[in-house]
Amino acid sequence: MPELTAEVEPLSLVIAIGGVPVRVNTTDPAFLDILQDRYAGFLGSAERAEIEFDVDVSPPVNPVPHIGVRVTQRRGRWSLQAGDFLAEWEPASRAGRIRQTANPYSIDAVLRIVHTLVLAQQGGFLAHSASAIRNGKSFLFAGVSGAGKTTISRLAPPDVTLLTDEISYVRKQDAGYVAYGTPFTGELAKLGENVSAPLAALYLLAQGSANRIDPIPPGEAARSLLANLLFFAEDEELVQSMFHSAFEFVSRVPVSRLTFVPDSRVWELIG
Amino acid sequence: MSRLYVARNPRVAARSLDGEMMIMSGRDSTLFTLNKTATILWQSADGATPLDEIVEHRICQEFEVEPAEALHDAETLARELASHDIIQISEEPIPQPSPGAGEAR
Repeated sequence: MPELTAEVEPLSLVIAIGGVPVRVNTTDPAFLDILQDRYAGFLGSAERAEIEFDVDVSPPVNPVPHIGVRVTQRRGRWSLQAGDFLAEWEPASRAGRIRQTANPYSIDAVLRIVHTLVLAQQGGFLAHSASAIRNGKSFLFAGVSGAGKTTISRLAPPDVTLLTDEISYVRKQDAGYVAYGTPFTGELAKLGENVSAPLAALYLLAQGSANRIDPIPPGEAARSLLANLLFFAEDEELVQSMFHSAFEFVSRVPVSRLTFVPDSRVWELIG
Repeated sequence: MSRLYVARNPRVAARSLDGEMMIMSGRDSTLFTLNKTATILWQSADGATPLDEIVEHRICQEFEVEPAEALHDAETLARELASHDIIQISEEPIPQPSPGAGEAR
């Protein structure tokens, strides 16, 4: 009698953002192709991933696709829910599962959330911010949508390495901080370079009639940074960690307001 | 007339920076910046000192204000802070957990 079932070959790849290798397992070759294309430049080969997700590629997971993101923890297991995905992740076992359709956006959201959870416990964060490396040092350019993150990225001269025009990845390391490139893009629609450098400054972006850098009071620096952090978890302990991390960051990294005319001369002030 | 007691919610995160007190709700990550009066109230909210004593010994000492008016304003402020879960209010003293969690650094 012929075999009615066949073993499905597991497929996997490693997505390494911020130096954190995340293995993604799927049985869908088309989805694997999507991931290879989406995360080109951020694919790793780590034997031992720090996090491992099995992805069930399935029909739409939620009948109401516009519900917001909910990230909750119960008994050491994180639950991530949105209109287009359902996911679970257990840090102790490093393992998780994602249920989504075959698209790159849902897993992108899951990865962002998981990285915010990992970083929050280590004093780091993801921020609404462009970032770039110049002369061996990295710089963050933070602001809400329309503040100029993509504009300042577009204006960068050739000796500048862009890390992202939208979401910056910051890890605490020794006495300072390091910014990493990310594949999370804004209007520039160009993946950042997968490199890192010690963080030298955070600039809060404002557009004006002249290029200038102005100091800002520490309280405003902390408030502005907090307003630009990505954080999704409904978890009091992590909220407190993130809050105190922001204050520690502004006590160690210079924070200034960068007012700029949208032309390339602004980069004469950076680096 | 009953007295009102106020206590910091240990489940919020608080920091003072250059005299500016910022507080983040652990419940929904909302950030609050307290004015001078609210900062004094927050710092004095130990669960054991009645609000009228806080007003008399801290707020009236700091600002030139009539005690009765100051107490009325402080009660309004305390109820507003309580509505955001930043402090707890009660007509009885409020027992506090061991020092540490959520205290201003």
